[in-house]
Amino acid sequence: MPTYRPCGVRNFSYKKDMAIFRTTFHKLTLIIGLLFLFLCPAFLDGVMLNLINFICITVIAVVGLNILTGFCGQISIGQSAFMSVGAYTVAVLGKYFEINFIFALILAGLNTGLIGLIFGLPSVKIKGFYLAMATLAAQFLIPAMIAHPLEPLTEGTDSLRVAAPHIWGIVFDTPQSFFYLSVSLCILLVYFSQNLARTGVGRAFVAIRDDDLAAEVMGINIFRYKLLAFFICSIYAGIAGGLFAYYMRSVNTDNFSLTQSIWYLGMLIAGGMGSVTGSIFGVTFLLALEHILISIAMWVSNAFPAFSTSTGIQQALTPTVYGLVIVMFLIFEPRGLAHKWEVIKASWRLRPFSY
Amino acid sequence: MSIVMQFIINGIMVGAIYSVIAVGIVLVYKASKIFNFAAGGFTMIGAFFMWTFYCVVQFPLFISIILAIISVGVTAFIMQRLAIQPLIGQSLLSILLVTLGLSHLLEGLVMFTWGGTSESLPEIFPGKTLFIGQLVIGKDLLWSFFVSIAVMIFLLLFFKFTHAGLAMRGVAEDHQVAQARGINVTRIFGATWFLAGTVASVGGILLSVKLGVSQFIGAVGFKAFPVVLIGGLESIGGAFIGGLIVGLLENLVGGLIAPWLMEVTPYILLLFVLFVRPEGLFGLKRIERI
Repeated sequence: MPTYRPCGVRNFSYKKDMAIFRTTFHKLTLIIGLLFLFLCPAFLDGVMLNLINFICITVIAVVGLNILTGFCGQISIGQSAFMSVGAYTVAVLGKYFEINFIFALILAGLNTGLIGLIFGLPSVKIKGFYLAMATLAAQFLIPAMIAHPLEPLTEGTDSLRVAAPHIWGIVFDTPQSFFYLSVSLCILLVYFSQNLARTGVGRAFVAIRDDDLAAEVMGINIFRYKLLAFFICSIYAGIAGGLFAYYMRSVNTDNFSLTQSIWYLGMLIAGGMGSVTGSIFGVTFLLALEHILISIAMWVSNAFPAFSTSTGIQQALTPTVYGLVIVMFLIFEPRGLAHKWEVIKASWRLRPFSY
Repeated sequence: MSIVMQFIINGIMVGAIYSVIAVGIVLVYKASKIFNFAAGGFTMIGAFFMWTFYCVVQFPLFISIILAIISVGVTAFIMQRLAIQPLIGQSLLSILLVTLGLSHLLEGLVMFTWGGTSESLPEIFPGKTLFIGQLVIGKDLLWSFFVSIAVMIFLLLFFKFTHAGLAMRGVAEDHQVAQARGINVTRIFGATWFLAGTVASVGGILLSVKLGVSQFIGAVGFKAFPVVLIGGLESIGGAFIGGLIVGLLENLVGGLIAPWLMEVTPYILLLFVLFVRPEGLFGLKRIERI
């Protein structure tokens, strides 16, 4: 997204203009940031690392959703159902074939991509919220399919245990070790999606989002690109689901509810649709908020034991706050935290002459 | 054979309740082209209000029904004023997401106010279970069916003969022309949401008689979306027929093929409709002009 450029930075070629890391300062902060990130397990405790792991897994799912909803403009209310496909693929592959987790994750991504294509097929004829309805159907159909016809494979509504992933003797079974796995995958996939935004495919997605008729007139094969968006989005969901299964070490259809799907949309909105940075902000903001809400719920239940249990308060508090966040962001800041971030950056850049 | 007949009758009766909830969505869509995801939430709070007024405060039956219906209507109106009104003119996507957020918010507020417990309403309908030959028709279902039909007839008369109903139809036809004819479009939007809330709460009360008062009602309310799409988004009669089709197929498939299919039949039907005839049975085909 070309926005304010700092004074004195001149780009002499298109390639340089579109580069993700344009200046030496960018590259320097990237290296320092990465070093800092990978040193995190040394000085953070298990609770924080656990939170970061969940943030990374959710970032993958939401960045995928951002490709479909933010770039291509197709609402999906089924992201967590697609995640469940990935999670169960990984679990079943691990249980019956004991293949390496990297191949299992790739297969989970591809399998989820194919399932995503099936539910994207109605986009031949329909768009807008009609398509949202197709994904809503996915949200109800996929868990039912996992629980009943596939019961011999998935153990139905019971939890299916997953072995911890391991490679070359390293076992990722603690928040500390899993941190490296989730953060690396997250960085890789975020980079891919940021890169996608500046390719021809990414521009085609944005054209479809802004006006699908005009895009078609310009020679973009709408159906193909919509399906592609569904495919990529589902691959992200599948990988996120697979990681989730590896991290939780068990999968259950209850982990992938409609509520989760709505939360992913909420994270996307809070972060700012169509912005990869925004997705990361949104996920971090809402998951940190959830973390705080849990402590508030614990505090309230300790202070007033007669009032309610901690889980009861938390169950009431979380949907209320999430619902409010979605509504408030849409009314007051539809461009999300990403826009706020741009404003802050620009005002610091123009200091002391910011307005 | 009689067991099939039994499923058919149960299906039609339950379907009538779905169609009442669906009509709430159709009303809002007709007036403002907004698809209301919060309809499930309205049915849920309808059931909870009814339980509060009737079982906790112990008002007489008739008064508590009216109070419950009006409370949901007012809630819907407040939500429209606070959350939907500021977004008029924004993209449909953001309005759709706001209604999703509202449905989530309602869920949380219900948890706050009433907790996660599930309650049950006492018998509120008079009469006995009906036996016709080998068929058994529960009196709750029979009452629900007739109440649903009464709601439909009320709405049809409302839109045909009252000033407010005609104004709503005018707004549905064309906002600008309606405004030019002196109709206060903003007020009509509010009134539409109020009406939609009341209709959805009737559905919620009927469902709670059958299923008890719990969060689960909201999930059942989601079945109204397939109903609306099957019937067509603009048609009240379509919503009624769509409700009957969904209820019928759901009970037949659930009863004759496999019980677990019962919950997903509406969504399979939904996918089928989206493939074959996206505008639904009685909806308007969308023509796009540039």
